[in-house]
Amino acid sequence: MKIEILGTGCSKCKKAKEIIEKVLKQTGVEAEVVKVEDIEKILSYGVMVTPAVVIDGDVKLAGKVPDEKDVRKWISQ
Amino acid sequence: MVDVFYPLQWIADKMTYEVFGIATDTRLASSVNFVIYDVMKIFVLLAVMIFVVSYIRTYVTPEKTRKFLGGKKGLQYHLLASLLGAVTPFCSCSSVPLFIGFVEAGIPLGVTFSFLITSPLVNEAAVAALWATIGFKATLIYTVSGILLGVIGGYLIGLLKMEKYVADFVYKIKVGDSNKNPKDLSVKERAAAAYECVKDIVEKVWIYVIIGVTLGGIFHGYAPEGILAQYAGEDNLLAVPIAVLIGVPLYSNVMGMIPIVESLIGKGLPVGTALAFLMGVTALSLPEMIILKKVLKNELIAAFVIIVSISITFTGYLFNIIL
Repeated sequence: MKIEILGTGCSKCKKAKEIIEKVLKQTGVEAEVVKVEDIEKILSYGVMVTPAVVIDGDVKLAGKVPDEKDVRKWISQ
Repeated sequence: MVDVFYPLQWIADKMTYEVFGIATDTRLASSVNFVIYDVMKIFVLLAVMIFVVSYIRTYVTPEKTRKFLGGKKGLQYHLLASLLGAVTPFCSCSSVPLFIGFVEAGIPLGVTFSFLITSPLVNEAAVAALWATIGFKATLIYTVSGILLGVIGGYLIGLLKMEKYVADFVYKIKVGDSNKNPKDLSVKERAAAAYECVKDIVEKVWIYVIIGVTLGGIFHGYAPEGILAQYAGEDNLLAVPIAVLIGVPLYSNVMGMIPIVESLIGKGLPVGTALAFLMGVTALSLPEMIILKKVLKNELIAAFVIIVSISITFTGYLFNIIL
């Protein structure tokens, strides 16, 4: 599984990464977490408000920090 | 009219005079009463306002706005972009992707700016705090003029035909189609999302509100009456532009600023001058300009700052005349 966190580097994006890494650790799910800061790449997903979470190419969330419950649901699918 | 906030004043009075046992008519009582009343009123209105606007927002996403406004020209689309900006918040780090996304969708530069100007200027948290502190009428005027400011500012930028002052790479970027197909949400899901927003925003701003209200309270209780009417009253025509000049580069949390400004109004600062200052604080800031510099050339940034600052100054004068 590949989890991409899209964001130009504000505090919310860091928060999003922390939450996802925390849930991965708790659940023991293996995933590659990548932070995408390149604006062109972010927009190629059709995302205009950050932070956004993309899992295996699928935009799960845009414009807010995910909560742990959501992350758990996404990675268990 | 029945004051719906009367119970809050009653609680504030009880707390100040009975629980804390502060003698009435002292400076301390005046300050403490101000703080208790303001904190309660701001948080009540904040929660209600954010909930309502966030609920509405579950119907309007930036992606939808972008598709909707693509290729549309004309004053009515400036108004629409401005209204959509008012209900769509974004943190300043999203201004670049939003800007590129809008331009790429064929939304005219001026219409894009109508959205970008209004979005930070009119937001539910600021509106709630203004309503709680300086009253409904002034808040309504602030909101309406904020939306008009976006319309006019964006329209003027459109007239200047400044498309060539957008960084070249912007026109080369291809924006993908968001594969997120939002399913229809139920009322319960929308309410849950709105509740999340209330929690998010209150968690973020409460500390600024407390600091702002405390400083405002001290000023309210201890500064001499009419001190500001003397120096920055309506007779002083320079007061409005100076207030805007101070407000523009200032990057502070507007939630902390509003209660301070309330206490300044209490000491004689004209409401128009105060609102112009707050508009300067919210509409333009140095960090935002630095972020926008990635996509805009200096000429366009200068046009943006000048047009918005001048519009705000005029709005300030107008408020002082009509209020």
